[in-house]
Amino acid sequence: MTAQAAAVSPCWSCKGPVASRALFCSVCGAVQGPGAVDHFSRLGLRPTFDLDMDELERQYFGFQRRLHPDRFAGKSPRERALSQSQATALNEAYETLKDPLKRAAYLLRLLGREVDLTACGTINDPELLMEQMEKREAIAEAESVEAITRLSAAADADVLADVCHVSAAFNAGDLDEAARLTMRLKYLTKLAEEARARKARMTRALP
Amino acid sequence: MSDTILLQIHEPGETPAPHESERGLAVGIDLGTTNSVVALARDGKAEVLRGPDGDGLVPSVVFYADDGSVTVGRQAREAILETPDHVVSSIKRLMGRGLEDVKTVAGTLPYKVEVAPEGGMVRLDVAGRVMTPVEISADILRAIKARAEEAQGKAVDRAVVTVPAYFDDAARSATKDAARLAGLEVLRLVNEPTAAALAYGLDTSVEGLYAVYDLGGGTFDISILKMEKGVFQVKATGGDAALGGDDVDHAIAEYFLAERGAALGEQAISPGEVKQALMTARVAKECLTARVDGEWRIEVDGKGSLHPLDRDTLERLASPFVDRTIEICRAVGADAGIEISDIHGVVLVGGSTRMPLVRRRVAEFFGRQPLSNINPDEVVAVGAALQAEALTVGSDTLLLDVTPLSLGIETMGGIVEKVIPRNTPIPVAMAQEFTTYQDGQSAMSIHVVQGEREMVDQNRSLARFVLRGIPAMTAGAARIRVTFQVDADGLLTVSAQEMTTGVEQHVAVKPSYGLTEDEMADMLRSALEHGRDDMAQRILAESVVEANRSVLAVRAALKVDSDLLSDDERQAIDAAIERVEAATRGTDRDAVTAAVEALEAATKSFAEKRMDRGIRQALSGVSVDALGNALGGDEQSQER
Repeated sequence: MTAQAAAVSPCWSCKGPVASRALFCSVCGAVQGPGAVDHFSRLGLRPTFDLDMDELERQYFGFQRRLHPDRFAGKSPRERALSQSQATALNEAYETLKDPLKRAAYLLRLLGREVDLTACGTINDPELLMEQMEKREAIAEAESVEAITRLSAAADADVLADVCHVSAAFNAGDLDEAARLTMRLKYLTKLAEEARARKARMTRALP
Repeated sequence: MSDTILLQIHEPGETPAPHESERGLAVGIDLGTTNSVVALARDGKAEVLRGPDGDGLVPSVVFYADDGSVTVGRQAREAILETPDHVVSSIKRLMGRGLEDVKTVAGTLPYKVEVAPEGGMVRLDVAGRVMTPVEISADILRAIKARAEEAQGKAVDRAVVTVPAYFDDAARSATKDAARLAGLEVLRLVNEPTAAALAYGLDTSVEGLYAVYDLGGGTFDISILKMEKGVFQVKATGGDAALGGDDVDHAIAEYFLAERGAALGEQAISPGEVKQALMTARVAKECLTARVDGEWRIEVDGKGSLHPLDRDTLERLASPFVDRTIEICRAVGADAGIEISDIHGVVLVGGSTRMPLVRRRVAEFFGRQPLSNINPDEVVAVGAALQAEALTVGSDTLLLDVTPLSLGIETMGGIVEKVIPRNTPIPVAMAQEFTTYQDGQSAMSIHVVQGEREMVDQNRSLARFVLRGIPAMTAGAARIRVTFQVDADGLLTVSAQEMTTGVEQHVAVKPSYGLTEDEMADMLRSALEHGRDDMAQRILAESVVEANRSVLAVRAALKVDSDLLSDDERQAIDAAIERVEAATRGTDRDAVTAAVEALEAATKSFAEKRMDRGIRQALSGVSVDALGNALGGDEQSQER
């Protein structure tokens, strides 16, 4: 079978041919299953790290408008189940692509350069390790709201800067560098979250 | 041409579903702790259905008489003073709760909670009857359904029912069961703040980031939503399922009772005094919204006491609870990485937001005057009604909601491994792999929990089940994939699968504190004389929907590919279609199913011929594009 033949499968409802990636059967209009496509294609986007967030949201909303289970409330159980699978797949794609860290890791995987973000293993990069330890200590020891606000802002800025570097590495086609910076992004993001949490706690403690 | 078909089918507004006009009405119901409201939407305009006195609120209070009759609403509330042990109020606080939870809230409930030991679910002993919170809520829903039917002179059989955003899985499940018991098909459970946002968004076409601050009788929710061109996307939500105006009433009542004890020189407080004090407290709180002071009298068993109260004292008593809501707002904002200054507006929902203290504190925190131009008691029901219309008739708006609480499973040492973090858009499915910890381990116990804490015992236990038949392997070799699935109602299903062998187990999480399917069936039978009919009718309706879908699909195929058929074949198919249509006009579900199966058999070779042609065309490369007309990419241009 050629790729073209494989691109056609029977519609579950009218049993006729339908393109495998179609959302709806072009003959009977029945909603189809989500199919195995990457997150970018699912949302009709080009696979790139530099996503326009407004466009991502627009695409996501557009697909959800047509596929969300609320659109199928009066339909048959099968159609309701398929729309739920579709909406679930859209949510997964949206959640992955919305977040720079998840997006970078996902794109690396698509490009065949896997990074394991869930591994809570040790930091291999000694420079990164030192930097992390120092900054974490500073956050834990911040005593005034001014100090923690400054540290939190700095941590956010580090994240933003790293995101720019990740983007540059992808654009230069340097996947090793992109992978290294993505690991770094993971730690910087965590640090920024810690700073934000501590800032929230300290602000709350004020009268 | 394919575009037109798509539009016809996916804009339900243009082609009302068959039988829609014959079905009962679909309403929106706000099932509140203190009051419940029902509304109905037509053509995008929602109307609260009122009683003969013009009041939209039905007190969520049920009176169980000795003769077995049930009264709901204002009359039931008035009976509290006469026969406190026959009346149940604030039952929402016990929805989906277990024994342990009840101990913590029992003190704040205005009636005695008798807990029957059997089963996980709390049972109340009221007027000699033992009942679950689900049955009591069903009584409230029945009364609301009756009100709607009376107002419209038409049957009501479907509803969007709202729940606090912060309700956990057990409480949601219990709410859905209660509606089923009352003879209502739940079209969707919608979060209260989201429903309110829908009412506001459509009414005033607001755009941007909005916060919905919802302080009801027994629950507090805060949701931050992005509203844009008919899409209501919840960004973050938080709250406390046991914090509300009732707490303020309780604080005032305690204050009154202390005064009364001192004035009358009494130590013991009777249940009658507690109920009377609570009622007086509520009246005083409501009066002090408009006035700055007043004096109230509590009289029980012929002994009266006078209680002056001014707004400053009330606010001192209420302040800890309002502080806590503001704390939660701050945490939710921080958690979602949203700056409070980016929020364009704040919507107030819930009767308790009438308190001047609440308005002041909310305005201070968000740095702007809150919106409250839609009646805060009715706005949730209005939103629910709009959503009910959207689900049955169709609409351009879309609600995208999130999970309010993280879902996870227990791992070694009682630590929770989160599978779905809070504020994840729903529906969602996520999986996590676990492994065995003993050589030759053949079963694994899976404990599902909900909450944000690290240790299992600090979170809510939702369900336990066992995956058996794991083949003997060394410790750590088995790969057990646990998948959590949350549907658009926010309800969870969990499945577990051993990946190396494929041994699998599915459980719809019937929460530890919920009803079993058997209990539910028993209740349906005993509670509703037409329970069985209702069920049979629903099953018939489902078969008819499915049959209509089959016929439409075959007709659509005939329109495109009928040249593949000989006259005889065509006649056979037409006859089979006619038989399906005849069957759907009857009431025999088996006949419908049989006719659909016959239609499928009659179209089998037609389907094969269509597939052959499709594949041939695909191979020759001509029509993949035509087949792909329904691909998302083409529709995006329509979206803009």
